[in-house]
Amino acid sequence: MTYDAGHFDVIVIGAGHAGVEAANAAAKRGAKTLMLTLNLDMIAFMPCNPSVGGPAKGVVVREVDALGGLMGKVIDKTYIQMRMLNTGKGPAVRALRAQADKPLYIQEMKYRLENQENLTLRQAMVEKLIIEDGVCTGVITETKAAYHAKSVIITTGTFMRGRVIIGDLSYESGPNNQRASVKLSEHLEELGFELVRFKTGTPPRVNSHTIDYSKTEIQPGDDHPSHFSYETTEGILDQIPCWLTYTNEFTHKIIDDNLGLSAMYSGMIKGTGPRYCPSIEDKVVRFHDKPRHQIFLEPEGRDTEEVYVQGLSTSLPEFVQHEMIRSIEGLEKAEIMRAGYAIEYDSVVPTQLWPTLEVKNIPGLYTAGQINGTSGYEEAAGQGLMAGINAAARALDKETLILDRSQAYIGVLIDDLVTKGTNEPYRLLTSRAEYRLLLRHDNADMRLSEIGHQLGLISDERYNKFLEKKELVDQEKIRLEKETIKPSEELQKLTDEVGATPLREPTKLADLVKRPEISYSLIEQLSPAPNELPSDVKEQVEIQIKYQGYIEKSNQQVERMLKMENKWIPEGIDYDAIGGIATEAKEKLKKVRPLSVGQASRISGVNPADVSILLVYIEQGNIAKME
Amino acid sequence: MGCRELETDTIAAISTPIGEGAIAIVRLSGNEAITIANQFFQGRDLTKVDSHTIHYGKIIDPTIDQVVEEVMVSVMRAPKTFTREDVVEINCHGGLASVNRLLELALQMGARLAEPGEFTKRAFLNGRIDLSQAEAVMDLIRAKTDKAMNVAIKQLDGKLSKLIQRLRQELLETVAHVEVNIDYPEYDDVEQMSHDTMLLKTKEVHQEIERLLQMAKQGKILREGIATAIIGRPNVGKSSLLNALVHENKAIVTDIPGTTRDIIEEYVNVRGVPLRLVDTAGIRDTDDIVEKIGVERSRQVLKESDLILLVLNYNQELTEEDIQLFKLVEDLEVIVLVNKTDLAQKIDLEKVNELVKGHPVITTTLIEEKGLDELEAAIAKTFFSGELEPGDLTYVSNVRHIQLLKQALAALDEAMNGMEANMPIDLVQIDVTRTWQLLGEIVGDTIRDSLIDQLFSQFCLGK
Ligand SMILES: Nc1nc2c(ncn2[C@@H]2O[C@H](COP(=O)(O)OP(=O)(O)OP(=O)(O)O)[C@@H](O)[C@H]2O)c(=O)[nH]1
Ligand SMILES: [Mg+2]
Repeated sequence: MTYDAGHFDVIVIGAGHAGVEAANAAAKRGAKTLMLTLNLDMIAFMPCNPSVGGPAKGVVVREVDALGGLMGKVIDKTYIQMRMLNTGKGPAVRALRAQADKPLYIQEMKYRLENQENLTLRQAMVEKLIIEDGVCTGVITETKAAYHAKSVIITTGTFMRGRVIIGDLSYESGPNNQRASVKLSEHLEELGFELVRFKTGTPPRVNSHTIDYSKTEIQPGDDHPSHFSYETTEGILDQIPCWLTYTNEFTHKIIDDNLGLSAMYSGMIKGTGPRYCPSIEDKVVRFHDKPRHQIFLEPEGRDTEEVYVQGLSTSLPEFVQHEMIRSIEGLEKAEIMRAGYAIEYDSVVPTQLWPTLEVKNIPGLYTAGQINGTSGYEEAAGQGLMAGINAAARALDKETLILDRSQAYIGVLIDDLVTKGTNEPYRLLTSRAEYRLLLRHDNADMRLSEIGHQLGLISDERYNKFLEKKELVDQEKIRLEKETIKPSEELQKLTDEVGATPLREPTKLADLVKRPEISYSLIEQLSPAPNELPSDVKEQVEIQIKYQGYIEKSNQQVERMLKMENKWIPEGIDYDAIGGIATEAKEKLKKVRPLSVGQASRISGVNPADVSILLVYIEQGNIAKME
Repeated sequence: MGCRELETDTIAAISTPIGEGAIAIVRLSGNEAITIANQFFQGRDLTKVDSHTIHYGKIIDPTIDQVVEEVMVSVMRAPKTFTREDVVEINCHGGLASVNRLLELALQMGARLAEPGEFTKRAFLNGRIDLSQAEAVMDLIRAKTDKAMNVAIKQLDGKLSKLIQRLRQELLETVAHVEVNIDYPEYDDVEQMSHDTMLLKTKEVHQEIERLLQMAKQGKILREGIATAIIGRPNVGKSSLLNALVHENKAIVTDIPGTTRDIIEEYVNVRGVPLRLVDTAGIRDTDDIVEKIGVERSRQVLKESDLILLVLNYNQELTEEDIQLFKLVEDLEVIVLVNKTDLAQKIDLEKVNELVKGHPVITTTLIEEKGLDELEAAIAKTFFSGELEPGDLTYVSNVRHIQLLKQALAALDEAMNGMEANMPIDLVQIDVTRTWQLLGEIVGDTIRDSLIDQLFSQFCLGK
């Protein structure tokens, strides 16, 4: 027997990094939104490393922010350390990473959600979905509350039939000993979902007082921290450093000697783990010649002594973890506070989703985050945001949003998932993006503010600020294209200083900026803009001019891609009725049901001939449809 | 590859099947067809001529300012053309080599090599088409692409593809190295890839590709016709056969067994079928080192041949070596010649008929030039009955390879320019990755995921 607990536009199951963005975005679009979570004290909890951002991921945080999301604002308010990575490289790969204060992050996130209009937070364990005529219309909790909604988003992360494993100990559990979500997983199976078993892991945490930092290398934050959110105006000045140490041959011997006890190697773990986040056992076995591996000691917050031992993810028994830790320089006396563990969980095969993250076979139902086979807080946040936007669109009959591969890393991520699927927990890498020069950290606002504003995700005030910035950038670019500079002694002195070849004839300022040795700041000395420009404007001007050639080349490629991307495949097309497409390709097409010819061409097993045939078939206009 | 520019760029291809008739046509279609053709045509200004007119003129290679060929060019303007786009057809009399040259010029001037069935596809896409027509086009695409694939695969086991795979691997390791620097900036096991190291790597690959293109120019990669190997024991008359087919004394003929030591290649047109004839050293067990190398190479030639002419001696009994030869060519396209019928019969013809397993057997006496007609007829028959599959496809896929190699080289040039201009390594790397992908298209491997696989197998990555 259930009771009617209320009616909503959108229900979000879960309040992890996907759930919070989903709920926030849906509420911001004006949907009456309910967010259900197992434990209200664990909203946006970080069960793994205490950090946000990094290459590719950091850009996702910026994108989330440009679309009105929370992650950037919350980390900007709570970080203990901020670093810009890859500063020595090109602008396309610069990336911001913050060390998080885990408890503070939770608090700040919860507070913001509590104060978000249209959003209700409630603690509950969802056991079932309400499905009417094949459409998802609500959820039922273990306390028999029935909530009704037009759209439901599942963001249950690694909780689904979660199982924690330490050595030969194994028990049903979500991350950090929270309750696992068993009934829901079984229910999804009953509904015909294809699930796979994935695995991930986490290292032990030690008490800071028991670490001898004098034997480790300090890793401080930046003197002038940058920020994720375009709204952040103030930085945090007293940053806390991380520390670097290494494993050694003794550590490796301990691991070798006890390998049989590792759940990973004893056969207890059946799930597929990610290659990019290997356990220490894996590293030692697969790269046996490596004499040492890096270990980063990362504080979990300001007001806690727990330190995360990054690089030592393991499923070895607790006593081996002790030995292992103590073999490491600086950790000889370290006390483990929590043991590391591996966790196995069910995830949804993501090719079952449309690019909107709606489940193909159950209209009204969406899944986002780690449940879709990804890993990482940022990947989860990006998906949550998109699911929230689209679930609200369905509920309110507003426009949906699909980002393409040239618009955002989020687009790359979701396209990869729903088109190719993944056979290991999926992590974003810059190399997954074909157009990474266009998907920069610095231009997320340029790429997405327009959309964010249109969908009601960012305020008019912020949008107007963005327009101002854009205008300033354009004006300054025009100025640099117009103004020329003549060779002079003063100029020669300046070019000599930076090791650039001297000018022979009058040169446009823009052409000067294109020279690798010459920075925009030099131009400022030679011929300043009429009004002092904000630093982010200068940055844009410099990047856009300096790398113009490469950017144009990328743009041309994008144009070509978009032609195919805009060739829509009619809904319900019957691939069996198309002669000539190879059988394997047909099966794949039937499964993925691509929306466009472009998407079809990215499915593995669909070759160029199949794509050509599909094009011809669509062009003739007489499309056979399935029943 | 799947995402080609959609039906707007100008395409070019050879549109007469090779071997059928003496005239070959290079056809261009697309917005730029006329301006492209005009760039290497000397005669009337094609951009000014009326639609559906034919013009006599010369083809010039503008890069060396040399007349290549005398041609007739038809200009047909949209929409009353086959493809409903501007179409230019260049008719030339020359053999395969000159058609090839014309096509290459067209590609150099900005046309793209047409994919199999693409002219027809455009014709239909640009007109209004019904389902039955569409089906015909789809069948065509399927058939042509599959054939092209077969040819591509056939060329895969060659040396060329091995070399290209090696170059790709080298580029891949370089690219993966840069990627690790980007995605794992704190990973201390690999140094930051420097411009110098990268330049060194790209220069190596650059040289190799240039060498390949050089070889292609000399016709060493480009297979201009059906690779036809003449094999047989020493002294059976192989070199005599080559001379008879080319109507010239190209190969040395003596009565000393083992005369031909090295491989001799000749091009000949047999009843419209282009052959690249290869005379080989007689195959037998031998201790003579020079000859031994020749024998080794003969075996290699067999592997790369489309057609084999196996010569036997009428005047000798079948030997163990003959039987070995039959085995060697078992699954290949073979015509068997029993030569020296002017001399006394010692060969067991029944045994021969048993060994050939249905392949044609021709008796000849090359000294009296008898039996050549039958041989030529047999070659033509094998070709036109479709038993041989090289023709335009082998040829086109070769032009395609050369085109891709050139693009790869251009991408590498851009990478090197970037390095010289001191552009950040992750930008330079875009062009290196592009090179890797272009080389991948030659060997039919365009999957980007292998980069990510390389990343995780080459490096132990954590944070
Ligand atoms: N009587 C007769 N002699 C022939 C005939 N064909 C070739 N010969 C002779 O046979 C000898 C060998 O001929 P080649 O063409 O050099 O034979 P080959 O197979 O190339 O020999 P190697 O290069 O030594 O392996 C020469 O003296 C030819 O004149 C033929 O039909 N009848
Ligand atoms: Mg000879």
